[in-house]
Amino acid sequence: MHRGELLAVVGENGAGKSSLMNVLYGLYQPDAGVLSLDGQPVRFKSPRDAIARGIGMVHQHFMLVPTLSVAENVVLGREPTRHGLLDLERAVREVSATCARFGFQLEPRARVDTLSVGSQQKVEIVKALHRGAQVLILDEPTAVLTPQESDELARVMRGLVAQGHTVVLISHKLKEVLGVADRIAVMRRGRCVAEVRAADTTAEQLAALMVGEGPRAPAAAAPASAVSQAPGEPLLDVRGLQATGDNGRPALRGVDLEVRAGEIVGIAGVDGNGQRELAEVLTGLRSLTSGSGTLLGGPLGGLTPAQARTRGVGHIPEDRHHRAVVKALSVEENVALGRHTRPPFAKGPWIDFKGRRERTRALTVAYDVRPPDPEVALRALSGGNQQKVVVARELDARPRLLVVVQPTRGLDVGAVAQVHAKLREARDQGTGVLLVSLDLEEVLALSDRVYVFFEGRVTGHFPRHAFDERELGRRMLGTLEPGHA
Amino acid sequence: MLEVIHSLLFSTLDAAPALIFAALGAVLSERAGVIAVGMEGMMRVGAFCAAVAALTMPTPLAVVMGMLAGAALAGVHGFLSIRWRSDQVVSGIALNLVALAGGTFLLESLYGPNGTPPIQQLTRWNLPGLSAVPVLGALSGHSAPTYLALLLPFAFQGLLTRTPLGLRLRAVGDKPQAVATLGLSVSALRWGAVLGSGLLAGLGGAVLSTAVLDRFEQHTPAGLGFMALAAMVFGRWTPVGAFLAATFFAFGNALRIGLVSSAPGLVELIPQGVLLALPYLLTLGVLTLQGQRSSAPAALGTPYEQESR
Repeated sequence: MHRGELLAVVGENGAGKSSLMNVLYGLYQPDAGVLSLDGQPVRFKSPRDAIARGIGMVHQHFMLVPTLSVAENVVLGREPTRHGLLDLERAVREVSATCARFGFQLEPRARVDTLSVGSQQKVEIVKALHRGAQVLILDEPTAVLTPQESDELARVMRGLVAQGHTVVLISHKLKEVLGVADRIAVMRRGRCVAEVRAADTTAEQLAALMVGEGPRAPAAAAPASAVSQAPGEPLLDVRGLQATGDNGRPALRGVDLEVRAGEIVGIAGVDGNGQRELAEVLTGLRSLTSGSGTLLGGPLGGLTPAQARTRGVGHIPEDRHHRAVVKALSVEENVALGRHTRPPFAKGPWIDFKGRRERTRALTVAYDVRPPDPEVALRALSGGNQQKVVVARELDARPRLLVVVQPTRGLDVGAVAQVHAKLREARDQGTGVLLVSLDLEEVLALSDRVYVFFEGRVTGHFPRHAFDERELGRRMLGTLEPGHA
Repeated sequence: MLEVIHSLLFSTLDAAPALIFAALGAVLSERAGVIAVGMEGMMRVGAFCAAVAALTMPTPLAVVMGMLAGAALAGVHGFLSIRWRSDQVVSGIALNLVALAGGTFLLESLYGPNGTPPIQQLTRWNLPGLSAVPVLGALSGHSAPTYLALLLPFAFQGLLTRTPLGLRLRAVGDKPQAVATLGLSVSALRWGAVLGSGLLAGLGGAVLSTAVLDRFEQHTPAGLGFMALAAMVFGRWTPVGAFLAATFFAFGNALRIGLVSSAPGLVELIPQGVLLALPYLLTLGVLTLQGQRSSAPAALGTPYEQESR
């Protein structure tokens, strides 16, 4: 790694990118090997050592204290004091100065939990620079950003490099990496398998390097399937839907939308703009406060999760450990959950062990769950395989409407491709799919129509032929009034 | 009427410090992210050790012994919840049970069921200028802990909001990962907070047996440690808030005692048990009213594990 260069590290999930960076930052200890900085071997016992040597890290999940202000977060650990007391005025001045020096626009007194995700990320970067970081490590920085915010971040990174900083960007978004990096290191299964100059390579070459010579097709290149046949009967039709979020504030402020049989309808938006609450209302997990709707022939008001299930709503929730699976149970027990009183999972009041095992075995084969062993505890499976179990269970119930939230978060390219293929297959068989994802690429790749959410309202509605990433991004940020929906 | 108010205030100021110290201890521990269910046990251990120590040494020194005993029990909690990352509620309840049973066993085998022999109470201070003033005169004639209990909450509030240490404590209770990535030690901060909460709970217990009473009794502290948790919640995890809530609860208790002694007829109308339960009912009522408007630290009760992200 050279001074004043932007190095990108790419690789599939589990290839060891994040672990490597955590070693660089002193969070993990290396089992063997030597780390050299400016030609000298160094050993970081904790992040404090790494910070002292000018290494800063921006984590994938922000390491900010949401209840503190921007300035407090930035100075935490090296607070300016006067007579032993915290000198907040000076902290604000210092942080303003750092922001000005690097061209960030941040209000030092604002509480972090009131900021947008893009701004929070800037706080993270300022935090590292304020500590004198020369080497800045960014772990999957664009995973949660809109296209505009990502562009902005790319500018910021180039600016830092121009000032003589070294930036390490960890990512699996190849397009983005190619646009911004000088040099690219490819990791696979804990090894660095290649190092190339960004100017001399293409996304296809990188994808091939990432997945190895194996038979799997890189998902990045998977073509979006042709638009489905004409959509069928309306399954879901809501008007003026309002609901309250966990914090007691309105999360949905009058949403109109429709899902028909045989189409995938995407919901695009920055995290926290009501998408989660929408999914919860449709699956009976959250009650609506106003508005009306028809869901699979029944009213949406007063819906319970059990009714949603019997009407034919399937649900692949955002947080699989919280809502979709019981990690301590076996794969077959997880597959039976929710349908455990019906054949082939039960015979009268008794569990049908044989039927359950046969069905589960068939599903593990059909959905490529590895290992294909119904008896193994779910926790022993990798995240991608756990998710495949969830997808298998929900689709096996033959839902008429499938509510899917962030179905591929944290999965590697192989598993992503498989999950996407299964969702398309369900669509082609007539299921209506409502897809909520923070990953705009995923929404655009799968959806036949897209609604854009901003602050609990629909701020845009695009059929497939009118997809425009820029335009969607603007609507996700609420910089345009609701258009001709 | 003035006399009634005077005596109500006086007994509030006498009884409140134990609750105030324990409530502050609970705030300290929980703001750093460690659940403080063990307050009751730490108070009991503090009360017992102070009473026993006062048999052989000056009472102020015995109070210090009580504090150290509270901190020692808190140390066990620290080991279980910080070092071994066990469930903090279970750990706290276990401490309470150990203190309850251990206290009873030691008391009965050493001194019999009626409590430890009486000891020299902490000296009461008469503030000459003040004692003659109506109502305000209630401030005079208390022992040192009362005055400490009136000052400490504000000092603690200052520490939490105005010092680097306070900032770090708040940060470690809301997002320990952020603290760790800045190279600060999550466990050192939490250890400090837990041991400090033990000192405060031990002090609360010691005050019970050296200032409120003059011995350790079978049932000490009779649920005060739990009431301290209620005061912490009611005070929204702030030192001054917890102080006001604790004082309010103590006032409720003083009111009960005042009612019983000034209007004996009342006891015939309302069963004694109901009156005894009054402060606890008050606590329940207040928590019910407060409802969901909670402001607990975000990482409360979550052990910090370095490799989990």
